[in-house]
Amino acid sequence: MSNAPRITLPAWIDIGVIPVVNILMALVAAGAVILIIGEDPIQAVQVMIQGAVGYDEGIGYTLYYTTNFIFTGLAVSMAFHAGLFNIGGEGQAYFGGLGIGLAVLALDGGAPGFLIVPIAIAAGALFGAGWAFIPAYLQAYRGSHIVITTIMFNFIAAALMVYLLAGVMRESGNMSPETREFASVSFLPFMHEVFAWFGVTITRTPLNLSILWALLCCVFVYVFIWRTRWGYALRTVGQSERAAVYAGISPPRIVLMAMCLSGALAGFVGVNELLGVQHRLLLNFSAGYGFTGIAVALMGRNHPVGIVLASLLFGLLYQGGAELAFEMPTITKEMVVALQGLVILFSGALAYMSRPWVERLYLMARGGAERRAA
Amino acid sequence: MDDTFLLVVRTLDATLRVATPLIFCAMAGLYSERSGIVDIGLEGKMLAGAFAAATVAALTGSAWLALGAAVLISMSLALLHGFACITHRGDHVVSGVAINILVAGLTIVLGNAWFRQGGQTPSLPADARFMSMDFPGAEAMSEIPLIGQIYAELISGHNLLVYAGLAAVPLTAWVVYKTRFGLRLRAVGENPAAVDTAGISVVWLRYRAVMICGVLTGLAGTYLAIAQNAGFSRDMTAGQGYIALAALIFGKWRPWLAFGACLIFGLLDAVSIRMQGVELPGIGEVPVQAIQALPYVLTVVLLAGFIGKAVAPKAIGQPYVKER
Repeated sequence: MSNAPRITLPAWIDIGVIPVVNILMALVAAGAVILIIGEDPIQAVQVMIQGAVGYDEGIGYTLYYTTNFIFTGLAVSMAFHAGLFNIGGEGQAYFGGLGIGLAVLALDGGAPGFLIVPIAIAAGALFGAGWAFIPAYLQAYRGSHIVITTIMFNFIAAALMVYLLAGVMRESGNMSPETREFASVSFLPFMHEVFAWFGVTITRTPLNLSILWALLCCVFVYVFIWRTRWGYALRTVGQSERAAVYAGISPPRIVLMAMCLSGALAGFVGVNELLGVQHRLLLNFSAGYGFTGIAVALMGRNHPVGIVLASLLFGLLYQGGAELAFEMPTITKEMVVALQGLVILFSGALAYMSRPWVERLYLMARGGAERRAA
Repeated sequence: MDDTFLLVVRTLDATLRVATPLIFCAMAGLYSERSGIVDIGLEGKMLAGAFAAATVAALTGSAWLALGAAVLISMSLALLHGFACITHRGDHVVSGVAINILVAGLTIVLGNAWFRQGGQTPSLPADARFMSMDFPGAEAMSEIPLIGQIYAELISGHNLLVYAGLAAVPLTAWVVYKTRFGLRLRAVGENPAAVDTAGISVVWLRYRAVMICGVLTGLAGTYLAIAQNAGFSRDMTAGQGYIALAALIFGKWRPWLAFGACLIFGLLDAVSIRMQGVELPGIGEVPVQAIQALPYVLTVVLLAGFIGKAVAPKAIGQPYVKER
């Protein structure tokens, strides 16, 4: 690593302080934008927080967005651990949705729900993994760069889905590019329905059982990466391919494994969006969640716990941003997209910019403490 | 027969129009990537340039001021990319992605706040744009078959930026292959340590490369917003920055080959519009989406090494650390 630290900072500064400093810089930059367009950033933050967590419905929506970001954030981080940059989360999520749609449309005529849902989830994983497999294979065995091929595959997926949904798969008589509605046996229960089973009434929101699946995936990713030999091999390849070869690990196979798992995780966006909320396959349901996954993974430092926290923050921003656009019409909801860019910039590309200052502050503080002790 | 010929000429004419932003961006990417800086951010810089051009043209009514603003904005984003990648040795791809996403959001937010048209800028009058120029005698020549038609339809009747785009290719080829700067540029992308040993600043050389990249993407944006169209609309680049990147790779990071790739991809675009609903003998109707996806598919196939081999500059994407 060229960015090797010059001094060792205590872990709490490295994982606690520096990421927070980076995010604060992004937030300050976003605040400057809001000032430029003549609005009050403090008021904007208040509106966003109120809109995202100030009332029941807001919280439901926040958690529903969070679910998507956990899936795509985990997907990006899985590839990152193997030293790969998967920009194709968007296309893999989209294609995974196709798998889910095909599975449900084929089965919902007669099969029971407890059969359809797992098959659909597996189909989403399979299709997402399949869409990641080709770029992974080309990277592993033909030496073509994964960043470029996954970008190309995003566009190919988009073109393919337009073709399918505007033509072959469109419901006859329906003008909008979407399939027929799935039969209700395939629906994942909404959380307000789940709570109603136990006699608890909560507000109706799009939040559904997928969030539990997302949390399970976090546990799976944690165990897989840090507690299995495959995860060990994956991290070894990510750190040093030569060391991996020396240890008898085959990097091409690890590349395939990491990318397929990454694609499968991205494919689960369809579980939340299609089985949970939309109940049909429709155009652009992935809505940029794949790209947000990059910001989430960078911010969450590729650790499941960090990813859940970062996903919560982005869920809050998405829901709060929608509310903000409603309350302060000068600010559109794309402000969140801009902020996302700033987060990627400050906690990704410029991640080490704040380090020298933090180091100096830390040394000064420690020096002061030592003097006092003496 | 005559009609077919005219159709071909007109298709080529349309090709040139849609290929111009690709040519600017591919040349922009060439400078950057040949110096070792990966540029995923062509799309974002072009979009920012387009927004700046449309905004300034709407406010001042001057196409030239608009061009200046677009170049300035795209260049500052290029410098930001340089700051992250060269000075702070950040990940090139992450920085490029950040710029693309930032610009995609910011242009809509600012556009909506300033013009209140849902992210669009006001429609521009002709004198605030770069309009097509008819060459002398084009009208009279159009009566003459073949040569006259080519002259009138294909060569004459474009706006200034189309010709500038065409000029950028030989200029880039000359700079990269025939000047001292070009030699050093290529060297720094292959082996920065050697360049450093020769007493040339790697950092300054790479900064110059990304600045040139910024200027050219600014021109691409200007073309989109105030020459090809009469204003900015949200996400108006629609992935063309990525197509240009694909063209650059398809052209193996060489100016003339990249230019050829831009023309092929432009042609595919021009043809896909005409092909809508046309039945081909033996194949049937080709879906428009298939033609639209073809540049991406072709690039993947090339990268996979099935048609020739595209070899990137050796030191691309690696931060240069002087002396450890």
